[in-house]
Amino acid sequence: MKPLLIQGGRIIDEGIDVTGSLLITEGKVSWLGKGEETPPQPDYDVLHAQGLIVCPGFIDLHCHLRQPGDEEKETIATGTRAAARGGFTTICCMPNTNPPLDNQTTIEFIRSKSALEGVVRVLPIGCISKGRKGEELAEMGELASAGVIAFSDDGEPALNSYLMRQALDYSRAFDLPIIDHCEDKALTEGGQMNEGIISTRLGLRGIPSAAEEIIVARDLALAQLTGGRLHIAHVTTEGSVDLIRRAKDKGIKVTAEVTPHHLTLTEERVIGYDTNAKVNPPLRTKQDIKALIQGLSDNTIDIIATDHAPHTEADKLCEFDLAPFGISGLETALGSLMSLVHDGEISLVTLIAKLTHEPARIIGNRYGRLGTLAIGVPADVTIFDPALEWVVEPKAFASKGKNTPLAGERLKGRVMATIYHGELVYKDDSITVKEG
Amino acid sequence: MRTTQVKPKVPETTPVWRHHHILDIDDFTGEEIELVFHTTKAMKEILSRPIKRVPTLRGKTIVTLFYEPSTRTRLSFELAAKNLSADVVNLNALVSSVAKGESLVDTLGTLQALGADIIVMRHPHSGAPYIATRYIEASIVNAGDGWHAHPTQALLDLYTLYEHKESLKGLKAVIIGDIMHSRVARSNIWGLTTMGIEVTLCCPPTLLPVGLGEEHRQLPPVNIEPNIELALDGADMVMTLRLQLERQKSGLLPSIREYIQLYQLTEARLARAKADALVFHPGPVNEGVEISPAVAHGPQSVINEQVSNGVAVRMALLYLLTGSQKR
Repeated sequence: MKPLLIQGGRIIDEGIDVTGSLLITEGKVSWLGKGEETPPQPDYDVLHAQGLIVCPGFIDLHCHLRQPGDEEKETIATGTRAAARGGFTTICCMPNTNPPLDNQTTIEFIRSKSALEGVVRVLPIGCISKGRKGEELAEMGELASAGVIAFSDDGEPALNSYLMRQALDYSRAFDLPIIDHCEDKALTEGGQMNEGIISTRLGLRGIPSAAEEIIVARDLALAQLTGGRLHIAHVTTEGSVDLIRRAKDKGIKVTAEVTPHHLTLTEERVIGYDTNAKVNPPLRTKQDIKALIQGLSDNTIDIIATDHAPHTEADKLCEFDLAPFGISGLETALGSLMSLVHDGEISLVTLIAKLTHEPARIIGNRYGRLGTLAIGVPADVTIFDPALEWVVEPKAFASKGKNTPLAGERLKGRVMATIYHGELVYKDDSITVKEG
Repeated sequence: MRTTQVKPKVPETTPVWRHHHILDIDDFTGEEIELVFHTTKAMKEILSRPIKRVPTLRGKTIVTLFYEPSTRTRLSFELAAKNLSADVVNLNALVSSVAKGESLVDTLGTLQALGADIIVMRHPHSGAPYIATRYIEASIVNAGDGWHAHPTQALLDLYTLYEHKESLKGLKAVIIGDIMHSRVARSNIWGLTTMGIEVTLCCPPTLLPVGLGEEHRQLPPVNIEPNIELALDGADMVMTLRLQLERQKSGLLPSIREYIQLYQLTEARLARAKADALVFHPGPVNEGVEISPAVAHGPQSVINEQVSNGVAVRMALLYLLTGSQKR
């Protein structure tokens, strides 16, 4: 394969923010030049990136690919294509499949299926408990050697405090994080949306912020007790941000994520009973969003993850109470998040960090260096136009999940090309590669 | 028997009316509610005739689609539709193809294909009629959805109050009981406040939905007073709500006994309200729980008037809706 020169873009990586060019040779980043500099060797194809941002491929620590078991909602083939369209070159899939990813065989299935049918890197997350039942620990050692990058019973919290303690303790042997979906089920039973003014108005049963914060507080106490690595999935409330900030000040080993939808949409999206705005944890309030953005800015919240949760149209075409929770998020993530940059809430550099080298830090080096454009590293590169406006058309999604509350909305910021391992796995129609 | 050809004396539908569906009362203006009052008055005149039937909706098909057991609301709509000479089809979703797993959207599509002009819908899940409107063209009348809304009940309550009072503005209303799970309470709060009535809610804090009583553009302004004696002081309208006996099992109340002690509307408590205060209950009544039998059947009770006005109000609404369909 001929080397590819990405020419004239604004290259942003950890510690780097220059206009220049990037050369990819044999699937690896081989040269970075500033300004008008040209590569030492002459023979290469050229992708013009003037006016575009060039950064490491995005990493999503939290998505649902639904395979095995729910292939009508998503598959590894469609989910990885959706990832490529969204600028993600590494996605970590949650184990709440059917059967769940709680043993070596299922992890091997994910890895071989991804190698055969996927277009970006898929890193599996294993279950905390056998069968996700919250009773006995899954065989974490075997899962670790099979290649999981974390453990989670996501979709369900690890409600049993004893089990959670053992999980945080036992996983220290493998230096892998426990990702908890923090939800006190006794407080959320039958809940449909954030508990507050809007749930009262709509007559829907609410999910109070306290249901999340109680489990966040408990998990932080257990992380302190055990010294284990805790990662809090989809933080949504001001109270959770405060708890995590204090825990970090105390030196507790905790990281946290927030989703694009919780950063940009409020509970008011549910007005009109839009089942595509039904998500767990639920969309919260403006005040929560403010705290989440503050948390991102001061590194209380380490990363942004999509919690991409595809469902079929039939799944969502029903009464609000009967619809499943979840938003299909891979293909709208960047466009949504760029609104925060355009509004001056966070910097472009921070946004990219939260999508690239910060999640790479949590994953570690088990799969080589990720989230960087360093010379010699497999070339995972995302190229996007920060200012291009486009209208969200779920029909055009590569994901089988068309379930987005953003259908028909105008977003500003669009992925133009995604390169995985040196290979162009997605490009917008307007991008052409000139053969050298 | 020949139906009389006399036209009902109701005002022509005016630009005031802009509803193709009746989903909630929160999007009704005071003017629209007054139009409903005037139209209802004309319908009551029809109901006072020896032959209570006019041909206004002849050729229209009205389907009642009930996903919850109901006697009075369904009957009330059925009578209203028949009095206007519409063809009425009752679909009990609990024993139809719905029970075999047909989705709401499919059921509605079928009803539309069969030619329904108006679908009167009762559903246990909040918002179900809103979802319905996205997929069909027939008018939807919400006959109660989950905890959310019961607009025709609120309108008949308002009309009953209107019949007794010279002016609604500035009156004091108290709603006592399980506000949290009550679509009747939610719709009444909107309707009453729209008409300038001051509303006080009285209930155990566990049965009060979050945020009511706070100032917020998404909610109407109400007072909260958990003490029933204080809440009733000077009231013109007192509404008690049915207490579902399972509320105790779900832990919202320590016991029904204590609820009765603290919140039952008794004669002694009612004496704190104005002498001409009216007592409302959306039914069915748990006598001896939320209301004492003496009050339920007492001189201030308008519970039976609510039921008979229900037919006239629903006739008015069906009439106004078909007017909107012509345009």
